[in-house]
Amino acid sequence: MSTTHYFTVSQINSYIKELFEIDFVLQDLWIEGEVSNFSRSAAGHAYFTLKDEAASIRCVMWRSSAARQGYLPSNGEAILAHGRISIYEVQGAYQLYVDALQPAGLGILYLQFEALKKRLEAEGLFAPERKRSLPPFPRCLGVVTSPTGAAIRDILHVLGRRYPLVEVILSPTLVQGDKAPLQIVAALEALNEHIDAEAIIVARGGGSLEELWAFNDERVARAISSSRLPVITGVGHETDFTIADFVADVRAPTPSAAAEIAVPDQAELGGTLDFRRNRLIALMGRQIAERRSALESQERALGRLSPQAKIISHRQRIDELTRAASASLAHQLALQQERLRGHLLRLQSLSPFATLDRGYSITRQLRTGEIVKSVAQVAAGDRIETQVSDGKFEGTVDWTAQGQENQE
Amino acid sequence: MNELETLSFEQAFKELEDTVQRLEGGGLTLDESIALFERGMKLAQHCGQKLDDAELKVSQLMPSDEGGYQTVPFEEKGAS
Repeated sequence: MSTTHYFTVSQINSYIKELFEIDFVLQDLWIEGEVSNFSRSAAGHAYFTLKDEAASIRCVMWRSSAARQGYLPSNGEAILAHGRISIYEVQGAYQLYVDALQPAGLGILYLQFEALKKRLEAEGLFAPERKRSLPPFPRCLGVVTSPTGAAIRDILHVLGRRYPLVEVILSPTLVQGDKAPLQIVAALEALNEHIDAEAIIVARGGGSLEELWAFNDERVARAISSSRLPVITGVGHETDFTIADFVADVRAPTPSAAAEIAVPDQAELGGTLDFRRNRLIALMGRQIAERRSALESQERALGRLSPQAKIISHRQRIDELTRAASASLAHQLALQQERLRGHLLRLQSLSPFATLDRGYSITRQLRTGEIVKSVAQVAAGDRIETQVSDGKFEGTVDWTAQGQENQE
Repeated sequence: MNELETLSFEQAFKELEDTVQRLEGGGLTLDESIALFERGMKLAQHCGQKLDDAELKVSQLMPSDEGGYQTVPFEEKGAS
């Protein structure tokens, strides 16, 4: 080996950088330490040193990460910084490229939170198929919260407004502090074991991360996931996510929202009721209309088949015949009357009495009533009766004489 | 109808839904339709009454002397 192999500075720095970057510990880590030499460049990047009693490491936080961060530390502050370690090749110095940081106290809580979340998630406790659906019309709801907090007040207010049909059973518990997790677990168990509720609301009003911490407790998480009854969580504000939220069947952003999710709205139900009532009336009306129209069409069919038409036509024929018969009868009568009147007129003209009007008279033997046509029929002294046109008179025959000649 | 009075809101509401569906389905005699219609109207009235009359009932779980739990009326404290 005559040739000694050598690197340029750039090559070796680049090589070391690669070594750092294939190490997964160095690429995703949290470091706790105290901040010193904090400064921000004109471009907005933050530079500082993290140190403990014995050592220090240089840190840089790019402007984009710093902008995402609500909080930036100041010198002397204990923090927890997350990022990756790599080489700044220009200076041959390794440093922490920070992408997130937290005050140390909270940071540790956050790490615990992340670790528990990861573990429970790996166990499958957050799996969507584990989530149970809520009863649409719960008759009885359990509520796990403080009897004196804002949460119970908000929940009762919403339930009373939306669905006062529900019965509420409060299982009281502390909701913050060291004793809270075990109390919450006991309150859940009490409802599950002793109460015939259909769902449970686990709630707490808004507070700091520490105040909400009981809801990130593993025992609480396990009690919720093993609850016989479906659980709705409403912890803190919209932006607060707790482990309890992840294991719950339904996560609501606030206690009020949990109550809204737990029950239907009576105003909507009233609307549905009205809709169904109207539907009933419309359906019944349609049924009746359909039957009425079927009935009418049957009636028409029956009408077409009925003997009524024949009866009417026969009756008409009878009418016609009757009318014809009576007309003919009347005609006959008139004819006969006419004929009768003719006979009467002729009779009258032939009557002997008609001649009386012209000055003739009729003389009868009074004794016999015999009409005197000849002088031979009477003798002097006979009583006679003479009829003239307007009456009669009596007399006595004085003498008789034959012949036509006149006396005067 | 006493039997109706014993129905919960949910039961009556569900039965009303079924009743509407059966009427919609058709194939019923007129008598059946009328009976369903009358039943449906009573159910709707019952539901409406339940909603109108409802008042939120709240109680609280308390450990009992026997080691179990009892429920007592809950009274809101410190209403602010």
